[in-house]
Amino acid sequence: MLHIVNKSPLEKGTLDTALGLARSGALLLIEDAVYAATRGNGAEPKLREAMQNLKVYALMPDLQARGMADRLIDGVNPVDYEGFVDLVVEHPNCQSWL
Amino acid sequence: MKKFMLVNRKAPYGSIYALESLEVVLIAAAFEQDVSVAFIDDGVYQLKKGMQTKAIATKNFSPTYRALEDYDIDKLYVESESLAARGLVAEDLITDVKLIDRAALAELMEQQDVVLSF
Repeated sequence: MLHIVNKSPLEKGTLDTALGLARSGALLLIEDAVYAATRGNGAEPKLREAMQNLKVYALMPDLQARGMADRLIDGVNPVDYEGFVDLVVEHPNCQSWL
Repeated sequence: MKKFMLVNRKAPYGSIYALESLEVVLIAAAFEQDVSVAFIDDGVYQLKKGMQTKAIATKNFSPTYRALEDYDIDKLYVESESLAARGLVAEDLITDVKLIDRAALAELMEQQDVVLSF
Protein backbone atom coordinates (compact mmCIF):
# COMPACT_ATOMS: atom_id res chain seq x y z
CA MET A 1 0.00 0.00 0.00
CA LEU A 2 1.06 3.57 -0.66
CA HIS A 3 0.75 5.83 2.38
CA ILE A 4 0.64 9.57 1.67
CA VAL A 5 1.31 12.10 4.44
CA ASN A 6 1.01 15.89 4.04
CA LYS A 7 1.33 17.28 7.59
CA SER A 8 4.44 18.61 9.31
CA PRO A 9 5.79 16.00 11.77
CA LEU A 10 6.46 18.56 14.50
CA GLU A 11 3.01 20.14 14.30
CA LYS A 12 0.67 17.16 13.97
CA GLY A 13 0.66 13.50 14.96
CA THR A 14 -0.28 12.35 11.45
CA LEU A 15 3.13 10.91 10.58
CA ASP A 16 3.22 8.91 13.82
CA THR A 17 -0.19 7.37 13.10
CA ALA A 18 0.79 6.61 9.51
CA LEU A 19 4.07 4.98 10.55
CA GLY A 20 2.26 2.98 13.21
CA LEU A 21 -0.13 1.50 10.65
CA ALA A 22 2.11 1.29 7.59
CA ARG A 23 3.68 -2.18 7.74
CA SER A 24 5.12 -2.44 4.25
CA GLY A 25 4.97 -0.77 0.88
CA ALA A 26 5.74 2.89 0.42
CA LEU A 27 5.47 6.19 2.24
CA LEU A 28 5.20 9.38 0.17
CA LEU A 29 5.78 12.69 1.94
CA ILE A 30 4.20 15.75 0.32
CA GLU A 31 3.45 19.39 1.27
CA ASP A 32 4.49 20.15 4.89
CA ALA A 33 5.30 16.48 5.52
CA VAL A 34 8.48 16.85 3.44
CA TYR A 35 10.10 18.48 6.48
CA ALA A 36 10.17 14.99 8.05
CA ALA A 37 12.64 13.96 5.34
CA THR A 38 15.14 16.76 6.07
CA ARG A 39 18.38 16.31 8.01
CA GLY A 40 18.32 17.44 11.62
CA ASN A 41 14.53 17.55 11.89
CA GLY A 42 13.18 16.09 15.12
CA ALA A 43 11.36 13.39 13.15
CA GLU A 44 14.55 12.10 11.46
CA PRO A 45 15.15 9.14 13.84
CA LYS A 46 11.63 7.72 13.46
CA LEU A 47 11.76 8.16 9.70
CA ARG A 48 15.09 6.32 9.53
CA GLU A 49 13.58 3.50 11.54
CA ALA A 50 10.57 3.34 9.23
CA MET A 51 12.90 3.11 6.22
CA GLN A 52 13.81 -0.43 7.30
CA ASN A 53 10.31 -1.61 6.31
CA LEU A 54 9.06 1.05 3.92
CA LYS A 55 10.34 2.71 0.79
CA VAL A 56 10.21 6.41 1.53
CA TYR A 57 9.66 9.10 -1.10
CA ALA A 58 9.47 12.92 -0.87
CA LEU A 59 7.93 15.24 -3.42
CA MET A 60 10.73 17.40 -4.82
CA PRO A 61 8.61 20.43 -5.83
CA ASP A 62 7.47 20.74 -2.19
CA LEU A 63 11.04 20.45 -0.91
CA GLN A 64 12.21 23.09 -3.37
CA ALA A 65 9.38 25.47 -2.45
CA ARG A 66 10.43 25.24 1.20
CA GLY A 67 14.14 25.73 0.51
CA MET A 68 14.86 22.21 1.80
CA ALA A 69 15.84 20.33 -1.38
CA ASP A 70 19.52 20.15 -0.38
CA ARG A 71 18.75 18.70 3.05
CA LEU A 72 17.08 15.46 2.01
CA ILE A 73 18.00 12.52 4.28
CA ASP A 74 20.08 9.83 2.50
CA GLY A 75 17.91 6.93 1.46
CA VAL A 76 14.77 9.00 0.89
CA ASN A 77 13.88 8.97 -2.80
CA PRO A 78 13.00 12.32 -4.39
CA VAL A 79 10.08 12.20 -6.86
CA ASP A 80 8.47 14.76 -9.14
CA TYR A 81 4.74 14.91 -10.01
CA GLU A 82 5.16 12.17 -12.64
CA GLY A 83 6.83 9.99 -10.03
CA PHE A 84 3.88 10.69 -7.72
CA VAL A 85 1.49 9.38 -10.39
CA ASP A 86 3.69 6.33 -11.00
CA LEU A 87 3.61 5.47 -7.29
CA VAL A 88 -0.18 5.65 -7.23
CA VAL A 89 -0.39 3.42 -10.30
CA GLU A 90 2.19 0.89 -9.01
CA HIS A 91 0.44 0.25 -5.71
CA PRO A 92 -2.84 -1.67 -5.51
CA ASN A 93 -4.29 0.87 -3.08
CA CYS A 94 -3.36 3.98 -1.19
CA GLN A 95 -4.19 5.77 2.03
CA SER A 96 -3.96 9.54 2.30
CA TRP A 97 -3.40 10.53 5.94
CA LEU A 98 -5.12 13.92 5.75
CA MET B 1 1.68 53.88 19.78
CA LYS B 2 0.96 50.31 20.85
CA LYS B 3 3.28 47.37 21.10
CA PHE B 4 2.14 44.66 18.68
CA MET B 5 3.53 41.16 18.49
CA LEU B 6 2.69 38.78 15.68
CA VAL B 7 3.27 35.16 16.61
CA ASN B 8 4.00 32.87 13.65
CA ARG B 9 3.81 29.14 14.30
CA LYS B 10 2.99 27.66 10.87
CA ALA B 11 5.16 26.54 7.99
CA PRO B 12 4.76 28.50 4.74
CA TYR B 13 2.68 27.18 1.77
CA GLY B 14 0.95 24.31 3.64
CA SER B 15 -1.59 26.87 4.86
CA ILE B 16 -2.35 30.56 4.30
CA TYR B 17 -1.30 31.69 7.81
CA ALA B 18 2.27 32.74 6.98
CA LEU B 19 1.22 34.96 4.10
CA GLU B 20 -1.67 36.47 6.10
CA SER B 21 0.69 37.32 8.93
CA LEU B 22 3.01 39.10 6.54
CA GLU B 23 0.10 41.19 5.25
CA VAL B 24 -0.77 42.23 8.80
CA VAL B 25 2.86 43.11 9.55
CA LEU B 26 2.84 45.50 6.60
CA ILE B 27 -0.49 47.02 7.69
CA ALA B 28 0.76 47.55 11.24
CA ALA B 29 3.89 49.17 9.84
CA ALA B 30 1.80 51.54 7.73
CA PHE B 31 0.09 52.72 10.93
CA GLU B 32 3.51 53.26 12.52
CA GLN B 33 3.04 50.89 15.40
CA ASP B 34 5.75 49.22 17.45
CA VAL B 35 5.82 45.83 15.74
CA SER B 36 7.63 42.68 16.80
CA VAL B 37 7.38 39.44 14.88
CA ALA B 38 8.02 36.15 16.65
CA PHE B 39 8.77 32.87 14.88
CA ILE B 40 8.06 29.74 16.94
CA ASP B 41 7.63 26.03 16.11
CA ASP B 42 7.17 25.48 12.34
CA GLY B 43 6.96 29.29 11.95
CA VAL B 44 10.77 29.36 11.75
CA TYR B 45 10.49 27.61 8.37
CA GLN B 46 9.00 30.81 6.94
CA LEU B 47 12.47 32.35 7.04
CA LYS B 48 14.40 29.50 5.37
CA LYS B 49 16.73 30.61 2.59
CA GLY B 50 16.55 29.28 -0.96
CA MET B 51 12.81 28.81 -1.57
CA GLN B 52 11.99 27.92 -5.20
CA THR B 53 8.21 27.85 -5.57
CA LYS B 54 7.83 27.69 -9.35
CA ALA B 55 6.96 23.99 -9.42
CA ILE B 56 4.10 24.40 -6.93
CA ALA B 57 2.76 27.45 -8.81
CA THR B 58 2.76 29.62 -5.69
CA LYS B 59 4.34 33.01 -5.05
CA ASN B 60 7.54 32.91 -3.00
CA PHE B 61 6.90 35.63 -0.44
CA SER B 62 10.03 35.06 1.65
CA PRO B 63 12.03 37.97 0.11
CA THR B 64 9.47 40.30 1.73
CA TYR B 65 10.90 39.48 5.17
CA ARG B 66 14.19 40.94 3.97
CA ALA B 67 12.40 44.17 2.96
CA LEU B 68 10.72 44.70 6.34
CA GLU B 69 13.67 46.72 7.56
CA ASP B 70 12.73 49.40 5.00
CA TYR B 71 9.42 49.71 6.88
CA ASP B 72 11.27 50.11 10.19
CA ILE B 73 10.38 46.60 11.25
CA ASP B 74 13.61 45.15 12.52
CA LYS B 75 12.39 43.18 15.52
CA LEU B 76 12.21 39.67 14.13
CA TYR B 77 12.60 37.16 16.95
CA VAL B 78 13.32 33.50 16.30
CA GLU B 79 12.98 31.07 19.19
CA SER B 80 16.27 29.20 19.31
CA GLU B 81 14.73 25.94 20.58
CA SER B 82 12.37 25.78 17.60
CA LEU B 83 15.21 26.41 15.15
CA ALA B 84 17.40 23.71 16.70
CA ALA B 85 14.57 21.13 16.68
CA ARG B 86 14.46 21.52 12.90
CA GLY B 87 18.19 21.16 12.32
CA LEU B 88 18.53 24.80 11.29
CA VAL B 89 20.94 27.57 12.31
CA ALA B 90 20.79 31.36 11.91
CA GLU B 91 22.84 31.16 8.68
CA ASP B 92 20.01 29.16 7.08
CA LEU B 93 17.64 32.12 7.39
CA ILE B 94 16.91 34.70 4.70
CA THR B 95 17.40 37.77 6.86
CA ASP B 96 19.04 38.94 10.08
CA VAL B 97 16.98 37.96 13.09
CA LYS B 98 17.31 38.13 16.83
CA LEU B 99 17.77 34.59 18.16
CA ILE B 100 16.29 34.32 21.62
CA ASP B 101 15.46 31.45 23.90
CA ARG B 102 12.00 30.49 25.12
CA ALA B 103 12.34 32.24 28.49
CA ALA B 104 13.36 35.55 26.90
CA LEU B 105 10.55 35.31 24.37
CA ALA B 106 8.03 34.68 27.14
CA GLU B 107 9.16 37.86 28.84
CA LEU B 108 8.91 39.84 25.61
CA MET B 109 5.39 38.53 25.03
CA GLU B 110 4.33 39.75 28.48
CA GLN B 111 5.32 43.30 27.53
CA GLN B 112 2.99 43.55 24.52
CA ASP B 113 -0.27 45.49 24.28
CA VAL B 114 -1.59 43.32 21.46
CA VAL B 115 -0.63 39.78 20.47
CA LEU B 116 -1.86 38.39 17.15
CA SER B 117 -1.59 34.69 16.47
CA PHE B 118 -0.93 33.02 13.13
